[in-house]
Amino acid sequence: MFEYAPAPESRSVVDIAPSYGLFINGTFEAPGSTGGVFKTVNPATEEVLAEVSAAGSEDVDRAVAAARSAFGPWSALPGAERAKYLFRIARIIQERSRELAVLESLDNGKPIKESRDVDLPLVAAHFFYYAGWADKLEYAGFGASPRPIGVAAQVIPWNFPLLMLAWKIAPALATGNTVVLKPAETTPLTALFFADICRQADLPPGVVNIITGAGETGRTLVEHPGVDKVAFTGSTEVGRQIARSVAGTGKRLTLELGGKAANIVFDDAPIDQAVEGIVNGIFFNQGHVCCAGSRLLVQESAYDEVMESLKRRMATLRLGDPLDKNTDIGAINSAEQLERIRVLTDAGSQEGAERWSPPCELPAQGFWFAPTIFTGVTQAHRIAREEIFGPVLSVLTFRTPAEAIEKANNTPYGLSAGIWSEKGSLILAVADKLRAGVIWANTFNKFDPTSPFGGYKESGYGREGGRHGLEAYLG
Amino acid sequence: MKAADTAWRHTLAKKPPAVTAPAAPVRLGVRKTYKLFIGGKFPRSESGRTYLVNGDNVALASRKDARDAVVAARAAQPKWAGATAYNRGQVLYRIAEMLESRRDEFAAQGVPVAEVEAAVDRWVWYAGWADKIAQVHGGANPVAGPFFNISAPEPTGVVAVVAPASFLGLVSVIAPAIVTGNTVVVLAAGPQAAVTLAEVIATSDVPGGVVNILTGNAAETAPWLASHDDVNAIDLAGVTDLELATELERAAAGNLKRVLRPGDPENDFTADPGLKPMVALLETKTVWHPKGF
Amino acid sequence: MTATLDLRASLHGLPGVDKVGVEARAAALATRSVKTTAKAAAIDLAIRMVDLTTLEGADTPGKVRALAAKALRPDPADPTCPHVGAVCVYPAMVPYVAEVLAGSGVHLASVATAFPSGQAPLDVKLADTRDAVAAGADEIDMVISRGAFLAGRYDHVFEEIVAVKEACGDAHLKVILETGELATYDNVRRASWLAMLAGADFIKTSTGKVPVAATLPVTLVMLEAVRDFRARTGRQVGVKPAGGIKTTKDAIKYLVMINETVGDDWLDPAWFRFGASSLLNDLLMQRTKLTTGHYAGPDYFTLD
Repeated sequence: MFEYAPAPESRSVVDIAPSYGLFINGTFEAPGSTGGVFKTVNPATEEVLAEVSAAGSEDVDRAVAAARSAFGPWSALPGAERAKYLFRIARIIQERSRELAVLESLDNGKPIKESRDVDLPLVAAHFFYYAGWADKLEYAGFGASPRPIGVAAQVIPWNFPLLMLAWKIAPALATGNTVVLKPAETTPLTALFFADICRQADLPPGVVNIITGAGETGRTLVEHPGVDKVAFTGSTEVGRQIARSVAGTGKRLTLELGGKAANIVFDDAPIDQAVEGIVNGIFFNQGHVCCAGSRLLVQESAYDEVMESLKRRMATLRLGDPLDKNTDIGAINSAEQLERIRVLTDAGSQEGAERWSPPCELPAQGFWFAPTIFTGVTQAHRIAREEIFGPVLSVLTFRTPAEAIEKANNTPYGLSAGIWSEKGSLILAVADKLRAGVIWANTFNKFDPTSPFGGYKESGYGREGGRHGLEAYLG
Repeated sequence: MKAADTAWRHTLAKKPPAVTAPAAPVRLGVRKTYKLFIGGKFPRSESGRTYLVNGDNVALASRKDARDAVVAARAAQPKWAGATAYNRGQVLYRIAEMLESRRDEFAAQGVPVAEVEAAVDRWVWYAGWADKIAQVHGGANPVAGPFFNISAPEPTGVVAVVAPASFLGLVSVIAPAIVTGNTVVVLAAGPQAAVTLAEVIATSDVPGGVVNILTGNAAETAPWLASHDDVNAIDLAGVTDLELATELERAAAGNLKRVLRPGDPENDFTADPGLKPMVALLETKTVWHPKGF
Repeated sequence: MTATLDLRASLHGLPGVDKVGVEARAAALATRSVKTTAKAAAIDLAIRMVDLTTLEGADTPGKVRALAAKALRPDPADPTCPHVGAVCVYPAMVPYVAEVLAGSGVHLASVATAFPSGQAPLDVKLADTRDAVAAGADEIDMVISRGAFLAGRYDHVFEEIVAVKEACGDAHLKVILETGELATYDNVRRASWLAMLAGADFIKTSTGKVPVAATLPVTLVMLEAVRDFRARTGRQVGVKPAGGIKTTKDAIKYLVMINETVGDDWLDPAWFRFGASSLLNDLLMQRTKLTTGHYAGPDYFTLD
């Protein structure tokens, strides 16, 4: 085999400060806060990247107050003016995209080719898309004079830190709301750099406030009485707690939660592209994707062919340094997540499923998990029901379209699904019957700012992206 | 002619004339038994309980009746959602026709004629939405790549409804839910009118199980629906006790039900409802497919 | 008739190719970064895979002799530079090239069968083939009848390939699919299988004489075909993209694609060739840059 020499992306484009304060009312406060400080590490090396402040309840008060006082003037601005701020932000992101991509890979562990070619282009495109809506809201189909809601509390996960920030902040600002956003504890850095971009864009103080911290900070923010709207992306369990906590408060709520998507391969599929889709479906971003195609449903008549091809393809996956331009699989985001993956995969083995990984050397430092598939999985196995959120695929089989649909829908989740077939009528009929918010037919894990994203059932409610994404931020 | 008969029968049933020595025998009216409406049938409560409303014994639904109603609603849902939008529109229009012909019966139950007429018009309005909402609320998404991409609304599934007290309110929460393919379990407030509406629905080609109506005490049954894992959404339109509303919303979080919070108590159901009542009970499904040869 | 049905059933029974998917995969592989030692090894391998080609009406004995000399010693200043895989010329030029290459290990390929259109009677094509082999060619690059293929006359195409293969004798047969005229990836896959079933030793993308020549996704489909064909039959078939591959960067993308699709077994001039002319000089310039550490200029390399 022809070995590619190491091809690391340069770290020198990013200047990470040793410590960061909260970004409230347009200024970075001094590091340290009432909630103390915590460290964010590079999951590929366990190297400490920076010390970050944990916002306590007084900090949350200040952030919400700043957003509240900014709300009046911001919502009163003509839409065209708000639009220009967002266009400006989109442009700065494009200009600083290499820096942000490297930073995202450092803090998250995702391969640079993904942060460079997927995350950052989508982040800029999202701001660009919603910028254009700001002065066209009366045409969006939500009434003749749609109004913003007020102060939005936004809590985002660690799997696509900057992209999830874009999904939250762009529509909120376009519609005239102001925000207090909390990035995930393990990936706070790109959000803090985004705060700097807001300053660079001369965004009025208080329109965007970034407060860092762990779950407790998030809870304080979500439960803050000064907040009118809560938007959360993360686990179904936390989503449930938030839905309980906002009950009776009148706060508007949108949730984008977990998934256990079925990726259904029929025997008339374009096999080579289906295998790429399976690989992209579960190994993209180390499987840290809520819409990951984590349950492969293969028609029995194509099983051998698909599995042989899949294993051969998995053997070419390159795991290692996230900053190496040739890395396909980076680091697991945290020790905690690695432990969860281990617990569930151990359960898979104990429950009798057969485990396979290609030969794959894991680095000694950092958090790593080899791409893994389980065959012989049944609907009753934990690995077929619970979201693993890692590079682990459960393979099940089916014989007829009806059986595939039944198995695909047999889950409390309903975020996404995949269908592979060359027969148009089959695809359309199956797509109609799948209870999931995003259906990828003959493709997988495709995202676009114009395309609404969100789940059925316990995968949450509300849509992000597209015209539909405005609804969550309009009164 | 028929309407007049109906009105007379009710008057008779409600207020039997004082017994005096009749000159000639007066025909004794046949009273209606107010039962539940589950799966297209009119069963009594499994609990055997009734309660008195204006002199009528009305079935008092239990948690098990609510459970049975959810089973019926779930069973009916895929086929109702799978019917063509044109067909659902026809069925809703048929409800309007049946309601129109029984206007006087509702009037006799104390529903103002204007309100019944508004309710008829509301069915007609929603009937027309059946094959238009997907065009208004969905559409093509111009993604930056060689993909066909379309978003279309789909029904959420089984919806529990705590109905408002007014008859127009009742119709205004059922119609937007079912027009898009949801099925409903309704906890009705004004029980006689609700049961009579069930009779209208039962004679309007609405498949059994699409609308299920329970009479009784919503505070007793609603928590069971709010916490039911096979219910996808709950509309609290008729909940006036804010503490109960909060409790129900909290219970609904168990399986992330879509929650429609109680409206303004002064809610004016005569106003144009807009799209919100329908859209709140829709999921958006987005389908991608590559384009190429 | 039965044979037609069987061939049609087999070719149309192959899994489809999704255009967007295969192009996305090829584009993703093209982002691989090959640097330093890996690049040096890739350049030498690519040089060994070049079928140094001239197929012009203006070709003369003097021109093709010069080309053959370059094939033997691509970089006269550097004896460590490997020779190319083959020289590829029209049949009339074969004798002049054969004189230069005799005993060198560099193969001599000739386009036969009424190249590039293939629009000639079968007996003319066979005579063309036999003449080229007799004159010293040990590899024959034939064209298929695209018209017959597109019209669904698979038997006709199949039988022509079988006949040419027989006329080749010991010479290796490369079958040019002219993928730029086949219009769809499904057709590329079917034509690949048709050629392999008929006995092709190599499948080749293009003549270089139509507007669309070799592309990465077409080559990917062909690599998948040879991989699957070997898995099914045990017989390994080579792949030759031709036309439009001009730079080292392009060539390395193909090597990466081989590496991650069919693996080591095809990373060898016996199983993979580049049909190219200007590519060689770019490979030589890049090779010199790696050895000297500074950028080279075109005046320091021979023009063919």
